[in-house]
Amino acid sequence: MTGETFSLTVDGERYDVTTARDTPLLHVLRHELGKPGARFGCGVGLCGACFVLIDGNPTPSCDTPIWAADGKDVVTVAGLADGGALHPVQQAFLDEQAAQCGFCVSGVLVSAAALLRDTPHPDEGQVVAALDRNLCRCGAQRRMVAAVLRAAEAAE
Amino acid sequence: MTPGADTPIVSPVSTWLHVAGDGAVTVRSGKAELGQGILTAFAAIAAGELGVDPASVRVVAPHTDDGPDEGITAGSMSVATAGATLRRAAATARALFVAEAAHRLGVHPADVVVERSVLSAPGATTTTTYAELAGHVDLDTPVDASPTMRGPGPETTVARLDLPDKVTGRPRYLADLVLPGQLWGRVVRPPSAAATLVRADVEGAQALPGVVAVVRDGSFLGVVADDEQRAEGAAEHLRTRSAWDEPDTLPDEDDLPAYLQGGPSTTFTVDETGDPSTVTAARSHEATYSKPFLAHASIAPSVGAARWDGESLHVWSHTQGVFALRNAIAQALDLDVPAVVVEHVESAGCYGHNGADDAAFDAVLLARAVPGRPVQVRWSRRDELSWSPFGSAQLVRIVAGLDNDGRIASWDCDIWSQGHTSRPGYAGTPGLLAAAHVEGGHPLPAPVDPRPERGAGSARGAVPAYDMPVRRIRGHRLDRVALRSSSLRSLGAFANTFAIESFVDELAELAGADPLDYRLHHLSDPRGRAVLEAAVERAGWAGRPRGGGDVGWGVAVAQYKKAGWCAVVAEVEAVSDIRLRRLTLAVDVGRVVQEDGVRNQIEGGAVQSASWTLKERVRFDRCRVTSVDWETYPILRFSEVPPIDVVVLDRPDLPSVGAGEVAQGPTAAAIANALAAAVGLRVRDLPLTPDAVVAAMERG
Repeated sequence: MTGETFSLTVDGERYDVTTARDTPLLHVLRHELGKPGARFGCGVGLCGACFVLIDGNPTPSCDTPIWAADGKDVVTVAGLADGGALHPVQQAFLDEQAAQCGFCVSGVLVSAAALLRDTPHPDEGQVVAALDRNLCRCGAQRRMVAAVLRAAEAAE
Repeated sequence: MTPGADTPIVSPVSTWLHVAGDGAVTVRSGKAELGQGILTAFAAIAAGELGVDPASVRVVAPHTDDGPDEGITAGSMSVATAGATLRRAAATARALFVAEAAHRLGVHPADVVVERSVLSAPGATTTTTYAELAGHVDLDTPVDASPTMRGPGPETTVARLDLPDKVTGRPRYLADLVLPGQLWGRVVRPPSAAATLVRADVEGAQALPGVVAVVRDGSFLGVVADDEQRAEGAAEHLRTRSAWDEPDTLPDEDDLPAYLQGGPSTTFTVDETGDPSTVTAARSHEATYSKPFLAHASIAPSVGAARWDGESLHVWSHTQGVFALRNAIAQALDLDVPAVVVEHVESAGCYGHNGADDAAFDAVLLARAVPGRPVQVRWSRRDELSWSPFGSAQLVRIVAGLDNDGRIASWDCDIWSQGHTSRPGYAGTPGLLAAAHVEGGHPLPAPVDPRPERGAGSARGAVPAYDMPVRRIRGHRLDRVALRSSSLRSLGAFANTFAIESFVDELAELAGADPLDYRLHHLSDPRGRAVLEAAVERAGWAGRPRGGGDVGWGVAVAQYKKAGWCAVVAEVEAVSDIRLRRLTLAVDVGRVVQEDGVRNQIEGGAVQSASWTLKERVRFDRCRVTSVDWETYPILRFSEVPPIDVVVLDRPDLPSVGAGEVAQGPTAAAIANALAAAVGLRVRDLPLTPDAVVAAMERG
C-alpha cells in the first residue's frame, strides 16, 4: 500500500507502517500489525472497545489517525501482560469472572491499567470514574469494578 | 426441539461426544456461545457426567455439517434442553467406558469408580483411563433413555473457558477471522426503512483503488475491496453519490399508542377464566402502560463472512441458529439446502434476533460477485442501531375490580404490540434484510409471535401469577408494521411484567395495603412466595425508609415462561436525576448447574433491564430512525450501574430452567415502583426519565 511511512512502538516493539496518513490507528493495529485485541465498536470514540494507551493515555484508536500516533508508544490489551505473566488487572478479571461476552473487556482493561498505574489504590468511585468512558452491554460492570479493586489489593 | 428426559434420542452418543486417544473430549453442541457462557456450562456438564477434568473438554461451535441440529439458541433454554440431552449422552458414554473398564479390571461395573479421567475399582490391581479405553469403546451407540446420572459434582465450578483469550486480546470473534484470500465488504444501506435506490455512482466506485467489485441489485448496494479501509472508503463514495426515494412511512414517535391501537391487527385471547364485566366489584381501577421500541445495541456491530465456490456457499456467522440461517439463505437464492454450509463464530453479546443473520446474507450477496474469495462484511454502528430488528413497542391496559376487602376480584387486560419474532424462515419467508432489498426479492412480512407452547411473544408474561377468580387477557398484534421487530430478551414479558407489577402496586395502594403483603395475599405458589420473601429479607425491606426524603423502594415478582421465578427489590433516589441506588434479586431457576453462571446472567439481565427502563428509546422522525449512535441511543454507564445482590435458591430436585431472561420484567417494575414511592407519582410510560416524571405530573 502506498502512502507515508510512520514509526511507532506497539506493545514494546517498533514498527514502520506505510499507509495513508488518515488511516485509523485501529485499522493499522488490527490489519497491519496483527493486534486484534483492540475492537471496533462504534468508529467515533464513544464506546471504548478500541481503547489503547498512547503515551500512557487511554485513547480511542478508531478515530485516531495514524499520523497522530507517529513516534508514539502504543499499548494494546495484549501489551498489558508482562511477558508470560498477566497484568494484575487481567488476572483479577479472570478471578472475578468479570465478563460475559468479553467484547468490551479489552478497552476496559486498558482504562483500568492506566488508572492503577497513576492511582495504585483507588477507591470505588475512582474506579467507576476511570471506566465511565467504556460501555458494556451485557451488564458486567459491577464485576469489573470489583475486579479492578481486587487487582489494587493484590498489588499491595 | 430437543427431547426432554426419557424421550428417545435418535442420534448416537457420537453426535455429541468424541473421546480421543489422548483422553481429550470433544463436545459438539447445536447451541451457540452468545456471551452467556454456554460453552463453559456444557463443558461442565460433560466433565461432570464423564468424570473427567473440565480442562480436557473442548466444546466446538455449531456447524451445519458437523454437529446436532438443536434449533436456535434462544429463550434461555439451552441448559434445560440441549444441556439435558448432553447430560444423557455423557452419562451413556460413561457407562460404556465403565463397562469396558470393568471387563479389563475383572470387576463388576457397579464397583468401578471414575474420578478425573481415571477408572478404578477397590481390590483391582490396576487402573485404566479414558485415554486408554478410547479406541475400544464405540460411541456410535444410542443414547440411553434414562442412564444413571452422576449429577453435578465438584467439577461443575468451572471458570469461563473463553475468558483467557478475551482478557489478553487474542483473536476470538468473527471480526478477527481472516480467511485465506479474504476480501472486505461494505453495504450501503438505504437511509430509511422504505427507501428505494434511484441511482448510484457504480462506475466511479469501481475505479477506486483496491475495489474488486461493486454490487447493485435493486436497492441493495455494496462494495468489495482488498482492504477493509478501502472498502469503507468506497462505501462512503457510494453513499455520498447515490440518490434514494424516501417516503414518510414511520408513525409519530410521540404518539405510539395511536400507532399500536390503529390497526389493522389480529386479536387473540391469551387466557380467559370468565367475563370480567359480569363481576360486581366494590371498586375498580384502570391504568395503561407503554414501552417504546428498543434496540439490541450490542457493543459489536454485526459481522458476516461468506465464500461462494460457484455452486456452494460457506458462511461464517454469529447467528443464533446455523440451520435456520442455512435454510433461509438456500430459499432466498433458490439453492439446494446441502449447497449451503453455515458455521458459528462468536461475536459480542447477543440478546435476541439481531443483525447477525442479515450481515451473513450481506456477505453472501457480495461473495457471489467474487467466486472463490471469502468476503467479510461488518456493519457500521449507525446500521447496527437502525437496521437490526427492534424489540417492539407495546401498550398494556389493565382494568381490575376489587372486592370489599380490597382483594382482586376481576382482571381485564389488553395488549397492543407488533409481533415479537421475524427470525430467518418466519412466515415462510427467508426473513433476511438484503433479500427484501434485491430486485424481485422476498419482502419482510409483519413479524409474528412464537406459539403459546413456546412461550408466546406479545403475550409472554401476560398472565399474572396471582390468585384471582376471574381474568381475561387479550392480545392485539399489528398486521402491518412500520418498523421491523423481532425477539429481544424476554420479548413481550418485559412490558407485560412492568405493567402487571406496577398495577399491583397501584391496587395495593387503593386497598391501603403494603405492596409486599398485598402480593403475598394473592400469591399461593410456594416458589413465588419463596423468591419474594428471600429478596425482601436480603434487601431489608422491613426497615426501608417511608414517606418522602427523595428515596423510594419498590418490589416486584414474576414467573417467566411458566418456569423460573425472580423477585426484585429496587432502591431509587429521585432529585433532579433518577438514580438507581441498589438492586436485590432472588431467583429460582430449578437445579443450578453453574451458580456463578446463573449469578452473572441475573446481574447482567438486571443491569440491561435497568438500562431499558431508565434510558432507552428508539428515536425516529416520520421517515428515518434518528437514534444512530451512543449519544442518541444512550445506555446505562458504569457510573449509573448500582450495586446488585443476587440470592440464588437452588432446587436440586427440579429441572434446570433458563436464567437469562427472568430478571427483565420484575427489574423494570421494581424500579417503577421505587420511583413512584420516591416521587409520590406513578409513571406509566417507559423510559422512566425526568421528562417522563414531568409529563406524568402534567397529566395529573
